[in-house]
Amino acid sequence: MSHTPCDACEELLQGYLDRELTESEVAQAESHLDGCDYCRRRYRFEESLRQYVQTTAVERMPVGLMEKLTQLRGGDA
Amino acid sequence: MGDTEPDIDGRRIATEARDRVRFEEEALALADQVYRVARRLVGTREEAEDLVQDTYGRAFRSWQSYTPGTNLRAWLLRILTNLNLDRGRKVQRTPDMQPIEEGDYYLANKMVEASGEQVLDQDRVVEKLSQDSIVNALSSLPHDFRDTVVLVDIGEFSYADAAQILDIPIGTVMSRLHRGRRLLKQELAQEAIS
Repeated sequence: MSHTPCDACEELLQGYLDRELTESEVAQAESHLDGCDYCRRRYRFEESLRQYVQTTAVERMPVGLMEKLTQLRGGDA
Repeated sequence: MGDTEPDIDGRRIATEARDRVRFEEEALALADQVYRVARRLVGTREEAEDLVQDTYGRAFRSWQSYTPGTNLRAWLLRILTNLNLDRGRKVQRTPDMQPIEEGDYYLANKMVEASGEQVLDQDRVVEKLSQDSIVNALSSLPHDFRDTVVLVDIGEFSYADAAQILDIPIGTVMSRLHRGRRLLKQELAQEAIS
């Protein structure tokens, strides 16, 4: 069950998820994902987790804060 | 001849006033996004509100040091993270090496192990991890890691922007992000498999 040969692609897939890879690295990551079921599943999981963290951890600005910020303005609005 | 000078002066003042108003409006339009990041950098809603107010106070005073056309959201966040540091948040040395650090796929693998199936979809993530557990796991991260993870994952800043905001090299952003996310998943795994 253990799976070790994908250590190198863990690093690559982080950058892939963050859209921070160069074109050739993107191609490298995608061709790896095409061929590696193990990584593909985990990549999808990481993607879902990232989205979930983003949506659950977001708290909107409290009512009233905008008013306070507006009062800090120095320019003549 | 003599009356053209006050004219130029008047025009300069009018232009400056217009630029200032424009700056303030653009900055205020970003307030909700700035608050979202602030909220996850500090422990309470009150602290986040204070921090955002201090940030805007400073931004409005030093608006002329902003270069128009550059990333205003990053500029505001840089003020905010500096203020957050100045506030003397508890100094917390980040250990150079965490004793046990699991891999990137630790959480995924634990969930597969716990369910006995190879299913790793969004529903499973949502079913296993509550909103509270995400928020708590984020706030349990050491500050340096949390700042980076929050800027990139919540604020959706690029590595380069995060590096500029935190005034650290881009390689440091990447390593803190990498380690921060691993620690986050270790935290989450405790809930997911319990």
